Amino acid sequence: MTDATQEQTGPMVAADGTPLKKSLARSLRNQKMRALALIAPLLIFVLLTFLAPIFDMLFRSVENQMVSDTLPETVAALDSWDASGTEEPGEDVFRALYFDLFLAAEAKEHTKLGTRLNYEQVGISSLFRTSGRSLDDVGEVWQDWLEDDVDEIWGEGSFWYDMMSGEPADEAVLDDARDRMATLTGDSMRGDIGFAPGEAISALLPRTAREYAAFAVFTAIEDEDVVAEEDPWEAVYAAFAYDLSQPGTADAIGSYTGTGADQLQAVVAQLDTMPPVDFKAAFAAIDQDWMSVENWAAIKVYSSRYTSGYFLNAVDMQLGPDGPEARPENQQIYMMLFRRTLVMSLVITFSCIALGYPVAWLLANLPARRANLLMILVLLPFWTSLLVRTSAWKVMLQQQGVINDVLVWLGIVADDARLVMINNQFGTIVAMTHILLPFMILPLYSVMQTIPPSYLRAAKSLGANNWTAFWRVYFPQSVPGIGAGSILVFILAIGYYITPELVGGTTGTFISNRIAYHISSSLNWGLAAALGTILLLVVLLLYWVYDRIVGIDNVKLGG
Amino acid sequence: MADKNVDNAFVEFDRVQKSYDGETLVVKDLNLTLPRGEFLTMLGPSGSGKTTCLMMLAGFETATYGDIRLGGVSINNIPPHKRGIGMVFQNYALFPHMTVAENLSFPLEVRKMGKSEREQKVKRALDMVQMGAFGGRRPAQLSGGQQQRIALARALVFEAELVLMDEPLGALDKQLREHMQFEIKRIADDLGITVVYVTHDQTEALTMSDRVAVFNDGRIQQLAPPDKLYEEPENSFVAQFIGENNTLEGVVQEINGNRATVQLDGGEVIDAKPVNVSKPGERTRVSIRPERVEYNKDRLQEGVHTLKAEVLEFIYMGDIFRTRLKVAGNDEFIIKTRNAPDQVRLQPGTQIEIGWLPEDCHALDA
Repeated sequence: MTDATQEQTGPMVAADGTPLKKSLARSLRNQKMRALALIAPLLIFVLLTFLAPIFDMLFRSVENQMVSDTLPETVAALDSWDASGTEEPGEDVFRALYFDLFLAAEAKEHTKLGTRLNYEQVGISSLFRTSGRSLDDVGEVWQDWLEDDVDEIWGEGSFWYDMMSGEPADEAVLDDARDRMATLTGDSMRGDIGFAPGEAISALLPRTAREYAAFAVFTAIEDEDVVAEEDPWEAVYAAFAYDLSQPGTADAIGSYTGTGADQLQAVVAQLDTMPPVDFKAAFAAIDQDWMSVENWAAIKVYSSRYTSGYFLNAVDMQLGPDGPEARPENQQIYMMLFRRTLVMSLVITFSCIALGYPVAWLLANLPARRANLLMILVLLPFWTSLLVRTSAWKVMLQQQGVINDVLVWLGIVADDARLVMINNQFGTIVAMTHILLPFMILPLYSVMQTIPPSYLRAAKSLGANNWTAFWRVYFPQSVPGIGAGSILVFILAIGYYITPELVGGTTGTFISNRIAYHISSSLNWGLAAALGTILLLVVLLLYWVYDRIVGIDNVKLGG
Repeated sequence: MADKNVDNAFVEFDRVQKSYDGETLVVKDLNLTLPRGEFLTMLGPSGSGKTTCLMMLAGFETATYGDIRLGGVSINNIPPHKRGIGMVFQNYALFPHMTVAENLSFPLEVRKMGKSEREQKVKRALDMVQMGAFGGRRPAQLSGGQQQRIALARALVFEAELVLMDEPLGALDKQLREHMQFEIKRIADDLGITVVYVTHDQTEALTMSDRVAVFNDGRIQQLAPPDKLYEEPENSFVAQFIGENNTLEGVVQEINGNRATVQLDGGEVIDAKPVNVSKPGERTRVSIRPERVEYNKDRLQEGVHTLKAEVLEFIYMGDIFRTRLKVAGNDEFIIKTRNAPDQVRLQPGTQIEIGWLPEDCHALDA
């Protein structure tokens, strides 16, 4: 037998001597695990199919890897360029752009990048599209020179293959090329391509080796052709020309002994007839817009891997060279849409309170039989499709619709001055108030049911007339129901899509309609995600404010 | 039962009838007059119409027929909030979203009373029910008894002359209930207000009231002060309903002034006081209180009839002994004896003889 006073000296222990806390935790663990196992299927289901996609979608609002993935060299070269100045970037940037863009054009990624940058700078999309087609012409200048003026062998794929191959192989260049093409196309670029650049030629003509490796990887894996049988890209000729134009290359070729050394020396011999290597001029010739500082500023500003650009766009701002700035007046739309969504949702919420309160009161105070009938009428809309209800309002409210017909028939409205009640804010408010009304009535009803009629009687016996008794005694006790209903209706309204889409016209649409447009039509998912995130934050903020003012504990959905 | 002998009528029910469904009457021909300052209790089983009467007086129900007058003025068409009648509800109906002080202040505010005057009256009312320190609390923070006091104070704070109470002590435990009975009675007497009190608890009715109206089946069965009600029930319903009671059935043999002889169904003959029997040969139900039955021969009056009885059960209840007997075929016959030092404890199986004073035994309607 343990003495009770002895137990008090240390921490409490269970009968077997283990600390009581540990013993308790152990005995509860099984219960907890069993409870967790029961909800696990739902938890996993919700996580995988609901939360994960939402977070993935929201992440798109800051994700901006397309510019740096597509134009990695250009982005690096732009680092030293001053975007706020008036001077366009230098030759190094244009050279990097040429090789980046060539690869992107081969992978057919340059138009996507154009679309992405077009969100920020109108006109870039067509610039990228037209330039993509003209890049071949730039390289062909040197290709023609090599084939026509130097040696026809420069036009043969097998010669290039032999020259660029070699032992020992420069695996680093090949891996670089694989990674580069993998990022660009999104496909895995692993696997045998039947080509390995030689270390010697790679040291001699670094740029050429890189471009040829990229060409080889793409040809073997994407096109599934044999590298040796294919003529190299025009970019390879451009890279060759660039390598030749570098000081020291000519001397190094003189001492080179690998495959094609003779042909290389022949090229060096005619080097003075080579067309000049000037990528900047080449781009200027393709499109004068490449000389626009604004376009380059946009590329530089949106070259970081993560951007606040979508969010700034969603609040009618943009990233300028000097940081965030307001968009031009005629491009501002989202703040107006947010404001409209909030204001209309508030109007809808108040309309629901005004219409739902008396109905809920009747429900709570009628005898059970008639209350049940009324309850069925309240719930009836839930059994009808949302589309049917919305369409019914179209029939009711349109200019040739039921209400206008009746008003004309009664002579209240002239036939040529029928009221416009649909495809505007009025239509949206009417239809959505009707659709969301049950969400107001049900919480109100469940709260009102718990208020005994004796309170009103007591108030009257104390001398209050009907209005005072209602306002001072009944109404304050029904406020939690109003709160619960308002939260429900407001949050549902703020994200509503179908009804504003069908009856909203141009002036009655919500921010959700714009989000849907960016998801399905303009494909600007980043902006859609930013708008959605802002909407979510606004709801959470209002919820927090509501909690501070009314107290979420005071919200009753029943009992 | 009409009661037209009270002068200075304050509350009057004049031939009042009430029907909810147009088919049955819940209140049948109610005539009742209260003088100022009286404490009247309406007592009866549930469904007897007592609460309906109270609601008609408060104005929450309208009389189907008849007149209700307050201070000589018919109030049939006056809405409840203009009647100036204080009311205490069964569940107190304290407004949960207001503090105690706000609850009390409410009737004064709707009467457009000034702030300082309001505060003064609220304080006085709270002090009256000894709740002066609780003005800032919410009703939910108070115990049942405290809520009860606040409800009382609220009904009194606007100085109503008539206060209605609808089973106000129903939710309290026994001890608190007894305490509050005295408290309410004391306050009512101090203020000189008229109280109409509804209850189904006869002890409450007897201890508090000046007069009790026993309701059954939509009618007042008897309207009398508590002692008269208990000792001189006018019919067998009242006798049964108020207090514990032994009944024996039989036929009236002879009536002689205020003495009657009744032959019980088993053939035994007893003496009784005729209350509502009028002629020999009528069936009757005689009623006798358990504490008025005597089994000690020395104490029985000479010449009265006695009955043989067999002791079935003896129950010790502390202050009294309760003994169950079999008398004239009735094995639910109870006698109560005081726990005095010389009191005999009757053992089950004992044969005894019992009797009573003829005026304690009432021959009532069958």
